[in-house]
Amino acid sequence: MVLSARTKVAPMLVLGIETSCDETAAAIVSDEGERIRSNVVFSQLDEHRPFGGVVPEIAARAHLDRLDGLIEEALGEAGVGFGDLSAVAATGGPGLIGGVMVGVTAAKAIAYAWGLPFVAVNHLEGHALSPRLTEDVAFPYLLLLVSGGHCQLLAVEGPGRYVRFGTTIDDAAGEAFDKGAKLIGLGYPGGPAIERAAALGDAARIPLPRPLRGRPGCDFSFSGLKTALRQAASDLRIDGMLAEQDSADLAASLQAAIGDCLVDRTRHAILRFRAHYAEGSDLVVAGGVAANGALRGQLQSLAGEMGMRFVAPPMALCTDNGAMIAWAGLERLKLGFSDGLDFAPRPRWPLDPTAPAAIGAGVKA
Amino acid sequence: MSIRADLAPALVIDLVDEAATARLAAALAPLARGRDVIALWGDLGAGKTSFARAFIRALTEADQEVPSPTFSLVQTYDTAQGVALWHFDLYRLAGSEEALELGIEEAFAEGITLIEWPERLGDFLPEKRLDLALEPGPEPTSRQASLYGWTDRLADWPAP
Repeated sequence: MVLSARTKVAPMLVLGIETSCDETAAAIVSDEGERIRSNVVFSQLDEHRPFGGVVPEIAARAHLDRLDGLIEEALGEAGVGFGDLSAVAATGGPGLIGGVMVGVTAAKAIAYAWGLPFVAVNHLEGHALSPRLTEDVAFPYLLLLVSGGHCQLLAVEGPGRYVRFGTTIDDAAGEAFDKGAKLIGLGYPGGPAIERAAALGDAARIPLPRPLRGRPGCDFSFSGLKTALRQAASDLRIDGMLAEQDSADLAASLQAAIGDCLVDRTRHAILRFRAHYAEGSDLVVAGGVAANGALRGQLQSLAGEMGMRFVAPPMALCTDNGAMIAWAGLERLKLGFSDGLDFAPRPRWPLDPTAPAAIGAGVKA
Repeated sequence: MSIRADLAPALVIDLVDEAATARLAAALAPLARGRDVIALWGDLGAGKTSFARAFIRALTEADQEVPSPTFSLVQTYDTAQGVALWHFDLYRLAGSEEALELGIEEAFAEGITLIEWPERLGDFLPEKRLDLALEPGPEPTSRQASLYGWTDRLADWPAP
Protein backbone atom coordinates (compact mmCIF):
# COMPACT_ATOMS: atom_id res chain seq x y z
CA MET A 1 0.00 0.00 0.00
CA VAL A 2 1.32 3.40 -0.91
CA LEU A 3 0.59 6.10 1.57
CA SER A 4 -0.31 9.41 0.05
CA ALA A 5 1.97 12.31 0.72
CA ARG A 6 1.16 14.30 3.81
CA THR A 7 -1.94 16.27 3.02
CA LYS A 8 -1.28 18.80 5.72
CA VAL A 9 2.00 20.66 6.09
CA ALA A 10 3.01 20.77 9.74
CA PRO A 11 3.17 24.25 11.22
CA MET A 12 6.59 25.81 11.17
CA LEU A 13 8.35 26.18 14.50
CA VAL A 14 11.38 28.44 14.69
CA LEU A 15 13.77 29.00 17.58
CA GLY A 16 15.02 32.60 17.75
CA ILE A 17 18.10 33.75 19.66
CA GLU A 18 18.99 37.36 20.49
CA THR A 19 22.36 38.31 22.05
CA SER A 20 23.38 41.48 20.22
CA CYS A 21 23.22 43.93 23.10
CA ASP A 22 22.17 43.93 26.74
CA GLU A 23 19.54 41.22 26.61
CA THR A 24 19.98 37.48 26.31
CA ALA A 25 16.78 36.08 24.83
CA ALA A 26 15.31 32.96 23.25
CA ALA A 27 11.84 32.23 21.88
CA ILE A 28 9.81 29.76 19.87
CA VAL A 29 7.33 31.07 17.30
CA SER A 30 5.02 29.34 14.87
CA ASP A 31 3.20 30.43 11.73
CA GLU A 32 -0.02 28.76 12.84
CA GLY A 33 -2.32 29.09 15.81
CA GLU A 34 -0.75 30.81 18.80
CA ARG A 35 2.26 32.40 17.14
CA ILE A 36 4.40 33.07 20.18
CA ARG A 37 4.85 29.71 21.89
CA SER A 38 7.43 31.07 24.33
CA ASN A 39 9.47 34.24 24.74
CA VAL A 40 12.14 34.27 27.44
CA VAL A 41 14.27 37.36 28.10
CA PHE A 42 16.94 37.79 30.72
CA SER A 43 16.86 41.40 31.80
CA GLN A 44 18.73 43.14 34.57
CA LEU A 45 16.86 46.39 34.82
CA ASP A 46 16.85 46.51 38.62
CA GLU A 47 20.54 45.83 38.78
CA HIS A 48 21.19 48.61 36.30
CA ARG A 49 19.17 51.28 38.03
CA PRO A 50 21.89 52.43 40.46
CA PHE A 51 24.20 53.28 37.55
CA GLY A 52 21.79 55.65 35.78
CA GLY A 53 22.19 53.72 32.57
CA VAL A 54 22.01 50.18 31.33
CA VAL A 55 25.21 48.48 32.26
CA PRO A 56 25.76 46.41 29.20
CA GLU A 57 26.21 42.70 29.25
CA ILE A 58 29.14 43.19 27.00
CA ALA A 59 30.93 40.19 28.35
CA ALA A 60 30.23 37.52 25.75
CA ARG A 61 30.74 35.23 28.73
CA ALA A 62 27.56 36.51 30.34
CA HIS A 63 25.49 35.66 27.27
CA LEU A 64 27.24 32.31 27.11
CA ASP A 65 26.50 31.48 30.75
CA ARG A 66 22.86 32.17 30.29
CA LEU A 67 21.97 31.18 26.76
CA ASP A 68 21.80 27.37 27.15
CA GLY A 69 19.40 27.67 30.07
CA LEU A 70 17.24 30.20 28.24
CA ILE A 71 16.98 27.99 25.15
CA GLU A 72 15.95 25.06 27.33
CA GLU A 73 13.39 27.27 29.05
CA ALA A 74 12.01 28.48 25.71
CA LEU A 75 11.66 24.91 24.43
CA GLY A 76 10.14 23.76 27.73
CA GLU A 77 7.56 26.55 27.84
CA ALA A 78 6.59 25.83 24.24
CA GLY A 79 6.42 22.12 25.00
CA VAL A 80 8.65 21.18 22.07
CA GLY A 81 12.07 19.63 21.54
CA PHE A 82 14.88 20.39 19.09
CA GLY A 83 13.51 17.64 16.83
CA ASP A 84 10.24 19.55 16.37
CA LEU A 85 11.93 22.68 15.03
CA SER A 86 11.83 23.81 11.40
CA ALA A 87 14.80 26.17 11.69
CA VAL A 88 17.05 28.10 14.07
CA ALA A 89 17.39 31.88 13.73
CA ALA A 90 19.84 34.15 15.52
CA THR A 91 20.67 37.84 15.41
CA GLY A 92 23.68 38.11 13.11
CA GLY A 93 24.20 41.86 13.67
CA PRO A 94 24.35 44.77 14.00
CA GLY A 95 25.61 44.82 17.55
CA LEU A 96 28.48 43.98 19.81
CA ILE A 97 30.49 41.36 18.05
CA GLY A 98 31.25 39.21 21.12
CA GLY A 99 27.61 38.83 22.02
CA VAL A 100 26.44 38.27 18.45
CA MET A 101 29.05 35.57 18.05
CA VAL A 102 27.73 33.65 21.06
CA GLY A 103 24.18 33.58 19.70
CA VAL A 104 25.21 32.79 16.12
CA THR A 105 27.53 29.99 17.21
CA ALA A 106 24.87 28.42 19.43
CA ALA A 107 22.33 28.59 16.60
CA LYS A 108 24.75 27.09 14.07
CA ALA A 109 25.62 24.26 16.46
CA ILE A 110 21.95 23.39 16.99
CA ALA A 111 21.24 23.65 13.25
CA TYR A 112 24.21 21.40 12.44
CA ALA A 113 23.44 18.81 15.12
CA TRP A 114 19.76 18.53 14.14
CA GLY A 115 20.11 19.05 10.39
CA LEU A 116 18.06 22.26 10.42
CA PRO A 117 18.32 25.41 8.33
CA PHE A 118 20.11 28.32 10.01
CA VAL A 119 18.88 31.88 9.45
CA ALA A 120 21.01 34.92 10.33
CA VAL A 121 18.65 37.79 11.15
CA ASN A 122 19.39 41.49 11.04
CA HIS A 123 18.40 42.77 14.49
CA LEU A 124 16.72 45.79 12.91
CA GLU A 125 14.70 43.52 10.62
CA GLY A 126 13.51 41.73 13.76
CA HIS A 127 12.06 45.03 15.02
CA ALA A 128 10.79 45.96 11.56
CA LEU A 129 8.75 42.77 11.07
CA SER A 130 7.62 42.40 14.71
CA PRO A 131 4.19 44.05 14.16
CA ARG A 132 3.27 41.18 11.83
CA LEU A 133 3.71 38.78 14.71
CA THR A 134 0.63 40.03 16.52
CA GLU A 135 -1.32 42.08 14.00
CA ASP A 136 -2.51 41.78 10.47
CA VAL A 137 -0.15 44.25 8.84
CA ALA A 138 0.43 43.97 5.10
CA PHE A 139 3.44 45.21 3.15
CA PRO A 140 4.29 47.92 2.42
CA TYR A 141 4.13 49.92 5.64
CA LEU A 142 5.91 52.89 7.15
CA LEU A 143 8.00 52.10 10.22
CA LEU A 144 9.26 54.48 12.89
CA LEU A 145 11.88 52.57 14.85
CA VAL A 146 12.68 54.46 18.06
CA SER A 147 14.87 52.98 20.77
CA GLY A 148 17.93 53.77 22.83
CA GLY A 149 20.24 52.93 19.97
CA HIS A 150 18.19 53.67 16.86
CA CYS A 151 15.90 56.32 15.44
CA GLN A 152 14.94 55.61 11.84
CA LEU A 153 12.04 55.97 9.44
CA LEU A 154 11.79 53.15 6.90
CA ALA A 155 9.45 51.93 4.21
CA VAL A 156 9.10 48.18 4.76
CA GLU A 157 8.40 46.54 1.39
CA GLY A 158 8.98 43.00 2.59
CA PRO A 159 11.60 40.84 4.28
CA GLY A 160 15.00 42.04 3.11
CA ARG A 161 13.45 45.01 1.30
CA TYR A 162 13.72 48.34 3.06
CA VAL A 163 13.99 51.93 1.96
CA ARG A 164 15.38 54.22 4.61
CA PHE A 165 13.73 57.64 4.60
CA GLY A 166 15.66 59.09 7.50
CA THR A 167 17.79 58.37 10.54
CA THR A 168 19.31 60.27 13.42
CA ILE A 169 22.39 62.27 12.59
CA ASP A 170 23.55 62.09 16.22
CA ASP A 171 21.73 60.68 19.26
CA ALA A 172 18.79 58.27 19.22
CA ALA A 173 15.48 59.38 20.79
CA GLY A 174 15.84 56.90 23.67
CA GLU A 175 19.29 58.25 24.38
CA ALA A 176 17.82 61.77 24.55
CA PHE A 177 15.38 60.52 27.20
CA ASP A 178 18.05 58.70 29.23
CA LYS A 179 20.58 61.50 29.15
CA GLY A 180 17.88 64.13 29.68
CA ALA A 181 16.70 62.28 32.79
CA LYS A 182 20.28 62.20 34.04
CA LEU A 183 20.68 65.96 33.47
CA ILE A 184 17.48 66.71 35.38
CA GLY A 185 18.46 64.28 38.13
CA LEU A 186 15.61 61.86 37.50
CA GLY A 187 15.98 58.12 37.71
CA TYR A 188 16.68 55.34 35.30
CA PRO A 189 15.30 54.21 32.92
CA GLY A 190 14.96 57.73 31.58
CA GLY A 191 11.85 57.28 29.43
CA PRO A 192 9.44 56.25 32.20
CA ALA A 193 11.09 58.69 34.67
CA ILE A 194 10.62 61.61 32.27
CA GLU A 195 7.06 60.55 31.47
CA ARG A 196 6.11 60.34 35.16
CA ALA A 197 7.63 63.73 36.01
CA ALA A 198 6.25 65.31 32.83
CA ALA A 199 2.69 64.43 33.82
CA LEU A 200 2.97 67.05 36.60
CA GLY A 201 4.87 69.63 34.57
CA ASP A 202 4.25 72.53 32.23
CA ALA A 203 5.57 71.66 28.77
CA ALA A 204 5.39 75.27 27.64
CA ARG A 205 7.56 76.70 30.43
CA ILE A 206 11.08 75.86 29.23
CA PRO A 207 11.81 76.85 25.65
CA LEU A 208 13.81 74.01 24.10
CA PRO A 209 14.85 73.69 20.46
CA ARG A 210 13.14 71.37 17.98
CA PRO A 211 16.18 70.37 15.93
CA LEU A 212 15.47 70.00 12.18
CA ARG A 213 11.76 70.73 12.58
CA GLY A 214 10.36 72.28 9.44
CA ARG A 215 13.44 71.31 7.46
CA PRO A 216 13.03 69.07 4.45
CA GLY A 217 13.69 65.35 4.80
CA CYS A 218 13.12 62.78 7.51
CA ASP A 219 16.36 62.83 9.51
CA PHE A 220 16.44 63.38 13.26
CA SER A 221 18.79 65.23 15.59
CA PHE A 222 18.58 65.19 19.38
CA SER A 223 22.09 66.10 20.49
CA GLY A 224 21.36 69.83 20.70
CA LEU A 225 18.59 69.16 23.22
CA LYS A 226 21.16 68.05 25.82
CA THR A 227 22.99 71.36 25.65
CA ALA A 228 19.79 73.39 25.88
CA LEU A 229 18.41 71.25 28.70
CA ARG A 230 21.64 71.38 30.69
CA GLN A 231 21.66 75.17 30.40
CA ALA A 232 18.00 75.46 31.41
CA ALA A 233 18.52 73.13 34.37
CA SER A 234 21.56 75.02 35.60
CA ASP A 235 19.63 78.33 35.39
CA LEU A 236 16.92 76.86 37.63
CA ARG A 237 19.18 75.17 40.18
CA ILE A 238 19.42 76.77 43.57
CA ASP A 239 22.38 75.56 45.64
CA GLY A 240 22.73 72.77 43.12
CA MET A 241 19.17 71.56 43.71
CA LEU A 242 16.17 71.59 41.42
CA ALA A 243 12.73 72.21 42.93
CA GLU A 244 10.27 69.42 42.21
CA GLN A 245 8.10 71.64 40.03
CA ASP A 246 11.14 72.80 38.06
CA SER A 247 12.15 69.18 37.42
CA ALA A 248 8.64 68.38 36.28
CA ASP A 249 8.57 71.40 33.95
CA LEU A 250 11.95 70.46 32.49
CA ALA A 251 10.78 66.87 31.95
CA ALA A 252 7.53 68.00 30.33
CA SER A 253 9.36 70.45 28.09
CA LEU A 254 11.90 67.79 27.04
CA GLN A 255 9.22 65.23 26.29
CA ALA A 256 7.28 67.78 24.25
CA ALA A 257 10.39 68.73 22.28
CA ILE A 258 11.20 65.09 21.48
CA GLY A 259 7.57 64.41 20.60
CA ASP A 260 7.34 67.44 18.30
CA CYS A 261 10.49 66.31 16.47
CA LEU A 262 9.21 62.77 16.05
CA VAL A 263 5.85 64.02 14.77
CA ASP A 264 7.39 66.54 12.37
CA ARG A 265 9.80 64.06 10.83
CA THR A 266 7.19 61.30 10.68
CA ARG A 267 4.79 63.68 8.94
CA HIS A 268 7.38 64.23 6.21
CA ALA A 269 7.89 60.47 5.99
CA ILE A 270 4.15 59.81 5.61
CA LEU A 271 3.98 62.24 2.69
CA ARG A 272 6.97 60.58 1.06
CA PHE A 273 5.62 57.09 1.76
CA ARG A 274 2.26 58.02 0.22
CA ALA A 275 3.93 59.35 -2.90
CA HIS A 276 5.80 56.07 -3.41
CA TYR A 277 3.35 53.47 -2.15
CA ALA A 278 -0.25 54.23 -3.01
CA GLU A 279 -1.41 50.94 -1.48
CA GLY A 280 0.24 51.36 1.94
CA SER A 281 -1.76 52.80 4.81
CA ASP A 282 -0.13 51.61 8.07
CA LEU A 283 2.16 53.61 10.34
CA VAL A 284 3.99 51.21 12.65
CA VAL A 285 5.96 52.35 15.68
CA ALA A 286 8.42 49.91 17.24
CA GLY A 287 11.23 50.15 19.76
CA GLY A 288 11.37 50.93 23.47
CA VAL A 289 10.44 54.61 23.08
CA ALA A 290 7.06 53.53 21.70
CA ALA A 291 6.17 52.73 25.32
CA ASN A 292 5.89 56.44 26.15
CA GLY A 293 2.16 57.13 26.36
CA ALA A 294 2.39 60.81 25.50
CA LEU A 295 4.48 60.14 22.38
CA ARG A 296 2.24 57.28 21.38
CA GLY A 297 -0.75 59.62 21.67
CA GLN A 298 0.94 62.29 19.55
CA LEU A 299 1.85 59.78 16.83
CA GLN A 300 -1.61 58.27 16.95
CA SER A 301 -3.21 61.67 16.35
CA LEU A 302 -0.77 62.32 13.53
CA ALA A 303 -1.73 59.00 11.93
CA GLY A 304 -5.42 59.84 12.31
CA GLU A 305 -4.95 63.29 10.85
CA MET A 306 -3.06 61.86 7.87
CA GLY A 307 -5.48 58.98 7.32
CA MET A 308 -3.05 56.24 8.33
CA ARG A 309 -3.76 53.29 10.63
CA PHE A 310 -1.57 53.39 13.75
CA VAL A 311 -0.02 50.12 14.88
CA ALA A 312 2.33 49.53 17.81
CA PRO A 313 3.39 46.05 18.92
CA PRO A 314 2.76 45.16 22.57
CA MET A 315 5.51 46.39 24.89
CA ALA A 316 7.18 43.01 25.38
CA LEU A 317 7.81 42.94 21.65
CA CYS A 318 9.00 46.56 21.43
CA THR A 319 12.13 45.97 23.47
CA ASP A 320 14.77 43.43 22.42
CA ASN A 321 13.46 39.87 22.42
CA GLY A 322 13.89 36.48 20.77
CA ALA A 323 10.35 36.23 19.36
CA MET A 324 10.97 38.98 16.82
CA ILE A 325 14.18 37.24 15.71
CA ALA A 326 12.40 33.90 15.37
CA TRP A 327 9.58 35.58 13.43
CA ALA A 328 11.93 37.41 11.04
CA GLY A 329 13.73 34.09 10.55
CA LEU A 330 10.43 32.40 9.78
CA GLU A 331 9.44 35.07 7.27
CA ARG A 332 12.81 34.80 5.54
CA LEU A 333 12.64 31.03 5.49
CA LYS A 334 9.24 31.14 3.82
CA LEU A 335 10.80 33.19 1.03
CA GLY A 336 13.54 30.59 0.68
CA PHE A 337 16.29 32.53 2.45
CA SER A 338 18.63 30.74 4.83
CA ASP A 339 22.31 31.13 5.59
CA GLY A 340 25.35 28.91 5.43
CA LEU A 341 27.22 27.80 8.51
CA ASP A 342 30.06 30.04 7.30
CA PHE A 343 28.00 33.17 8.03
CA ALA A 344 30.17 35.74 9.83
CA PRO A 345 28.58 38.11 12.38
CA ARG A 346 28.26 41.67 11.12
CA PRO A 347 28.88 44.47 13.67
CA ARG A 348 27.46 46.97 11.15
CA TRP A 349 24.58 45.87 8.99
CA PRO A 350 22.29 48.60 7.60
CA LEU A 351 18.79 47.54 6.55
CA ASP A 352 19.04 49.74 3.48
CA PRO A 353 22.66 49.72 2.32
CA THR A 354 21.81 52.05 -0.55
CA ALA A 355 20.61 54.85 1.76
CA PRO A 356 22.63 58.03 1.43
CA ALA A 357 24.53 58.92 4.60
CA ALA A 358 22.74 61.20 7.00
CA ILE A 359 24.92 64.26 7.11
CA GLY A 360 24.40 67.71 8.45
CA ALA A 361 25.44 67.19 12.06
CA GLY A 362 25.68 70.46 13.86
CA VAL A 363 22.54 71.73 12.21
CA LYS A 364 20.86 74.10 14.60
CA ALA A 365 17.20 74.01 15.43
CA MET B 1 42.46 58.22 37.07
CA SER B 2 41.26 61.58 35.91
CA ILE B 3 42.38 64.25 33.54
CA ARG B 4 45.87 65.49 34.30
CA ALA B 5 44.83 68.37 36.50
CA ASP B 6 48.40 68.57 37.80
CA LEU B 7 49.67 69.52 34.36
CA ALA B 8 49.22 72.84 32.65
CA PRO B 9 47.36 72.42 29.36
CA ALA B 10 49.54 72.63 26.26
CA LEU B 11 46.87 74.72 24.62
CA VAL B 12 43.58 76.36 25.56
CA ILE B 13 41.24 77.20 22.72
CA ASP B 14 37.96 79.13 22.87
CA LEU B 15 35.24 77.64 20.69
CA VAL B 16 32.38 80.00 19.91
CA ASP B 17 29.99 77.29 18.73
CA GLU B 18 29.66 73.71 17.57
CA ALA B 19 31.11 74.59 14.18
CA ALA B 20 34.28 75.81 15.93
CA THR B 21 34.48 72.50 17.80
CA ALA B 22 34.24 70.74 14.44
CA ARG B 23 37.01 72.93 12.98
CA LEU B 24 39.28 72.10 15.90
CA ALA B 25 38.65 68.38 15.39
CA ALA B 26 39.30 68.59 11.66
CA ALA B 27 42.56 70.47 12.28
CA LEU B 28 43.77 67.96 14.88
CA ALA B 29 42.83 64.87 12.88
CA PRO B 30 45.73 64.98 10.38
CA LEU B 31 48.16 64.84 13.33
CA ALA B 32 46.81 61.45 14.44
CA ARG B 33 48.70 58.25 13.71
CA GLY B 34 48.29 54.57 14.45
CA ARG B 35 48.48 53.69 18.17
CA ASP B 36 47.36 57.18 19.20
CA VAL B 37 44.83 57.51 22.00
CA ILE B 38 42.69 60.62 22.25
CA ALA B 39 40.64 60.92 25.44
CA LEU B 40 37.64 63.25 25.28
CA TRP B 41 36.64 64.63 28.70
CA GLY B 42 33.51 66.62 29.43
CA ASP B 43 30.00 66.44 30.81
CA LEU B 44 26.81 65.43 29.00
CA GLY B 45 26.23 67.88 26.16
CA ALA B 46 29.81 69.23 26.26
CA GLY B 47 30.33 68.41 22.60
CA LYS B 48 32.42 65.21 22.77
CA THR B 49 30.44 63.40 20.09
CA SER B 50 30.39 66.51 17.88
CA PHE B 51 34.16 66.63 18.16
CA ALA B 52 34.44 62.92 17.43
CA ARG B 53 32.15 63.20 14.40
CA ALA B 54 34.22 65.95 12.76
CA PHE B 55 37.44 64.11 13.65
CA ILE B 56 36.19 60.86 12.09
CA ARG B 57 34.94 62.62 8.97
CA ALA B 58 38.29 64.34 8.50
CA LEU B 59 39.99 60.93 8.44
CA THR B 60 37.38 59.03 6.46
CA GLU B 61 34.81 60.72 4.25
CA ALA B 62 33.14 64.11 4.54
CA ASP B 63 29.71 62.47 4.52
CA GLN B 64 30.59 59.59 6.87
CA GLU B 65 27.64 58.65 9.05
CA VAL B 66 28.77 58.84 12.68
CA PRO B 67 26.04 57.69 15.06
CA SER B 68 26.48 58.23 18.78
CA PRO B 69 28.09 55.03 20.08
CA THR B 70 26.48 55.35 23.53
CA PHE B 71 24.37 52.23 23.03
CA SER B 72 26.63 50.35 20.65
CA LEU B 73 29.64 51.24 22.89
CA VAL B 74 32.08 51.16 19.98
CA GLN B 75 32.07 51.93 16.26
CA THR B 76 35.00 51.28 13.97
CA TYR B 77 35.96 53.06 10.76
CA ASP B 78 38.63 52.60 8.10
CA THR B 79 40.67 55.75 7.58
CA ALA B 80 42.03 56.90 4.23
CA GLN B 81 45.57 56.17 5.51
CA GLY B 82 44.61 52.54 6.12
CA VAL B 83 44.63 52.66 9.93
CA ALA B 84 41.50 51.55 11.78
CA LEU B 85 39.77 54.27 13.79
CA TRP B 86 37.93 53.11 16.92
CA HIS B 87 35.32 55.37 18.50
CA PHE B 88 34.45 54.27 22.02
CA ASP B 89 31.74 55.69 24.27
CA LEU B 90 32.14 54.18 27.73
CA TYR B 91 29.20 56.08 29.29
CA ARG B 92 27.30 52.89 30.08
CA LEU B 93 30.21 50.95 31.53
CA ALA B 94 30.35 50.27 35.24
CA GLY B 95 33.85 48.84 35.47
CA SER B 96 37.07 49.17 33.57
CA GLU B 97 37.37 45.40 33.01
CA GLU B 98 34.29 45.57 30.79
CA ALA B 99 36.18 47.79 28.35
CA LEU B 100 38.65 44.99 27.75
CA GLU B 101 35.77 42.89 26.45
CA LEU B 102 35.20 45.50 23.77
CA GLY B 103 38.64 44.92 22.30
CA ILE B 104 40.01 48.23 23.49
CA GLU B 105 43.51 46.74 23.84
CA GLU B 106 43.44 45.78 20.18
CA ALA B 107 42.49 49.37 19.37
CA PHE B 108 45.39 50.70 21.47
CA ALA B 109 47.83 48.30 19.81
CA GLU B 110 47.20 49.32 16.23
CA GLY B 111 44.45 51.85 15.66
CA ILE B 112 43.62 55.45 16.31
CA THR B 113 41.43 55.42 19.41
CA LEU B 114 38.91 58.10 20.34
CA ILE B 115 37.39 57.62 23.80
CA GLU B 116 34.39 59.41 25.27
CA TRP B 117 34.01 59.01 29.07
CA PRO B 118 37.65 57.90 29.47
CA GLU B 119 37.29 58.04 33.29
CA ARG B 120 35.49 54.69 33.05
CA LEU B 121 38.78 53.10 32.02
CA GLY B 122 40.54 53.79 35.30
CA ASP B 123 44.08 52.45 35.25
CA PHE B 124 43.63 50.94 31.79
CA LEU B 125 43.76 54.41 30.22
CA PRO B 126 47.17 54.57 28.52
CA GLU B 127 49.66 57.10 29.90
CA LYS B 128 50.69 58.13 26.41
CA ARG B 129 47.72 59.99 25.03
CA LEU B 130 46.18 63.31 24.10
CA ASP B 131 43.63 64.61 26.60
CA LEU B 132 41.04 67.02 25.32
CA ALA B 133 38.70 68.55 27.88
CA LEU B 134 35.58 70.41 26.79
CA GLU B 135 34.04 72.81 29.28
CA PRO B 136 31.18 75.30 29.07
CA GLY B 137 32.13 78.75 27.77
CA PRO B 138 30.52 82.13 28.52
CA GLU B 139 27.64 81.54 26.08
CA PRO B 140 25.29 78.51 26.05
CA THR B 141 26.74 77.33 22.73
CA SER B 142 30.37 78.20 23.40
CA ARG B 143 33.01 75.87 24.84
CA GLN B 144 36.56 75.99 26.02
CA ALA B 145 38.89 73.22 24.90
CA SER B 146 42.03 72.36 26.87
CA LEU B 147 44.60 70.06 25.33
CA TYR B 148 47.10 68.10 27.42
CA GLY B 149 49.85 66.08 25.78
CA TRP B 150 51.17 65.84 22.22
CA THR B 151 53.49 68.73 23.09
CA ASP B 152 55.90 67.90 20.23
CA ARG B 153 53.18 67.69 17.65
CA LEU B 154 51.33 70.74 18.87
CA ALA B 155 54.49 72.90 19.08
CA ASP B 156 54.22 74.30 15.57
CA TRP B 157 50.65 73.31 14.86
CA PRO B 158 48.53 76.23 13.67
CA ALA B 159 45.55 76.12 16.03
CA PRO B 160 42.31 77.02 14.21
